[in-house]
Amino acid sequence: MSNWLAQIWALTVYNVRTIPQRKGAAVAAAVGIAGVVAVFVGVLSIAEGFRAAMAVTGPADIAMVLRSGADSEMTSGLGREQVRLIADAPGVARTAEGPLTSAELFVIINLVKRSTGTDVNVPLRGVTQGIAVRGDVKIVEGRAFEPGRNEVIAGRGAAREFAGLEVGSRMEVGQSEWTVVGIFAGGGGSAESEIWTDAAVLQPAFHRGDSYQSVYARLTTPEAFEQFKDSLTTNPQLQVKVLRQGEYLAEQSSMLIEFISGIGVFVATMMALGALFGALNTMYSAVAARAREIATLRALGFGSAAIILSVMLESVVLALLGGGVGAAAAYWAFNGFEAATMNWQTFSQVAFAFAVTPPLLAAAIVWAVGIGVFGGLFPAIRAARLPVAMALRE
Amino acid sequence: MSTGNGVLVRVEDVHRTFWRGAEQIDVLSNLHLEVPRGEFLALMGPSGSGKTTLLNLIGGLDRPTSGSVEVAGERIDRMSNRRLAAWRARHVGFIFQFYNLLPVLTAERNVELPLLLTHLSKSERRRHVETALHVVGLTDRSGHFPRTLSGGEQQRTGIARAIVTDPTLLLCDEPTGDLDRKSGDEILGLLQALNREHGKTIIMVTHDPHASARATRTVYLDKGRLSAEKPE
Ligand SMILES: Nc1ncnc2c1ncn2[C@@H]1O[C@H](COP(=O)(O)OP(=O)(O)O)[C@@H](O)[C@H]1O
Ligand SMILES: [Mg+2]
Repeated sequence: MSNWLAQIWALTVYNVRTIPQRKGAAVAAAVGIAGVVAVFVGVLSIAEGFRAAMAVTGPADIAMVLRSGADSEMTSGLGREQVRLIADAPGVARTAEGPLTSAELFVIINLVKRSTGTDVNVPLRGVTQGIAVRGDVKIVEGRAFEPGRNEVIAGRGAAREFAGLEVGSRMEVGQSEWTVVGIFAGGGGSAESEIWTDAAVLQPAFHRGDSYQSVYARLTTPEAFEQFKDSLTTNPQLQVKVLRQGEYLAEQSSMLIEFISGIGVFVATMMALGALFGALNTMYSAVAARAREIATLRALGFGSAAIILSVMLESVVLALLGGGVGAAAAYWAFNGFEAATMNWQTFSQVAFAFAVTPPLLAAAIVWAVGIGVFGGLFPAIRAARLPVAMALRE
Repeated sequence: MSTGNGVLVRVEDVHRTFWRGAEQIDVLSNLHLEVPRGEFLALMGPSGSGKTTLLNLIGGLDRPTSGSVEVAGERIDRMSNRRLAAWRARHVGFIFQFYNLLPVLTAERNVELPLLLTHLSKSERRRHVETALHVVGLTDRSGHFPRTLSGGEQQRTGIARAIVTDPTLLLCDEPTGDLDRKSGDEILGLLQALNREHGKTIIMVTHDPHASARATRTVYLDKGRLSAEKPE
C-alpha cells in the first residue's frame, strides 16, 4: 500500500513537473477554471449578501400580524379596532406603558439612487413603537424622530444608497416637507433600507385615515408565539395571519435569492462546460505529448491505476491553481462590494453588500476540483489503455 | 517447472499477426527460440523483420497471436495485465535505442524509478541507485538532467535504470543505434561486463555486426523465421 502511494506520488510529482513544458495550454485551462470560479463566487455572493441583508434568521420573539390572505405588508390592511385586539392578545410582552406592539403602515416614495442617478422606489414606514418592539434598532447618527412631527430617520443602507438622506436634509413627500433627523442601524430584515417616521404623521399625509398594514409584536418568550397565534386566528372578530418576523422575511426574499442563485449556477455551469473542454484538451495533449514516457513507465512496471490517478491528480492540481486564483480574485473584487437592488416582492430597493462566505469559497473549490477530475479522467484512461508496445514506437 | 534447468526464455510456436486496416501482416510465424541462462544473445535481421516485436513478446510488453512465451518457468503470455506489469518490474530490465529517460528527472531519479515499485526504504533505494550508477561509471553525473548528458551518458543512465532492480533478464533494443562508434563501444563493453561479471542474461537487438561480435551467440530473423546463419 505504502509502495502504491509512493508510486502515485512519484508519478504525480513527475507529471506536475512536466506542466511548465506545456505552459500555454496549462495556463489557458487554469484561466478557464479561474473564470468559472470567479463568476460562480461573484454571482452567488450577491445571493448570499442579499440573504444576509434580509436577515432571514429573524429574532424568534417578534411576531408579525397581517390581514389573512395578504402575502406582504403591501397588500395587507388592518383597522384601529383590529390593532387594539391584537395588542391585547396573550403572549405579548408589556411595559409600564402597555403592550409592546407597533402598528405600522408603509408607503413607497421616490428617491434618487446615488450610483445611477435614477429614480427608485424606497419604502417609508410609519411606526407607533417600532424601535421599542424590535429592540435592536440603534441611532448611529443624529436622533430619533419626535412623535407628531414631520421628522424621519433613515436606515443606514438607505442613507448610503440614496441621495438626500443626510441628517438635516429635507425632503418633499406627499403634500408636506420632512426633515431627516437621524440614521439608524438594525431593525432586522431590510429595515436598514427603509425610512421610518411616526405612523400618526404618515397616515394623514397619505390619506390613510385610521388604517395600518401590519402589527409587530414583541412576545414574552419565543415559545409564546403559538399561544399568541392561536388566540388571534381563532378570534372571530379578526381575519388575520400571524408569522414570526424571520419567516416573513425569508418568504419575502426567497424568490429573489433563488433567482440570483439560479442565475449564478446557470452561468457557472455554462462556463464550467467550457472550462471542462479546456481542461480535457490540455490533458489530452499532455498525455499525447508524453505517450512514450508513459509507455516507458508502464514498461518498467508501473500499473494502469497509478498512471490514471496521477494524470487525474495533475489535472486536479491545475484546477486547484486556477480555482484558487479565481476564488481569490472574486473575494478581492466582490466581498463587501455594496449595492442596492429591487426586491420584486415588495417593489422597493434593498441595500446589501456582496458576501463571499467560506461555504461559498468551499463550493467554488469543489467546482474546480470537479472540473479537474472530469477533465483528467478520460485522458488518463486513454493514457493507460494505449498498448505499451505501440506507444513505445512513437 | 516446465523450463529446463539452463533455459531462461522459451518461445514456442509463436505467431504474431498485426492488422493494418484489412491487410494482415504476419510478422512472426511458427517461431521457436530458447535462451539459456547467462547467455548474451544478439538478435539481427533487416529492418521491419520483427526484431522489436519478438523482444516485446519476451519482455511481456505484447502478447503472441498464438503460441507460448515462457520466462523462468512462467507462461507470461497468459498473465493478466496487472500481473504482467508486476512481473516486468521484477524480472526484466529494458534498454531502449533512444534511452527513454524522463526529461524532468535527474539521472539518479530516473534510475530510482523502478525501485518505487519495490518495498525498499528510501535509504535502501539510495544505496541501490548509487551502486547501479557506479557500475555504469556515472557517479559524478548523478544529479544531471538528461538533456545535459551526452548520448552515451544517457544510455548508461538507461542501463543503470535497467539493472537497479537486479532483474533476471536484460532486453536491449538497438542500444547503440543512436550512438557514435566510441560511445557505442563503451556501451557494448558495459553490457559484456554485465554478462560476464554479473551473470546477466541479455538479449540485444542490433543490426550492427560490430555489436553482435560482442555477444556469445547471434541469431538472424528474416521473413518471420529465425536461423543461426545470416540469410543471403
Ligand atoms: N502495432 C502494430 N501494428 C501494425 N503493424 C505493426 C505493429 N507493430 C509492428 N508492426 C509491423 O511489424 C513489422 C515488424 O516491426 P518491428 O518488430 O518493429 O521490426 P524491426 O524491429 O525488426 O525493425 C513492421 O512491418 C511493422 O510495421
Ligand atoms: Mg525495431
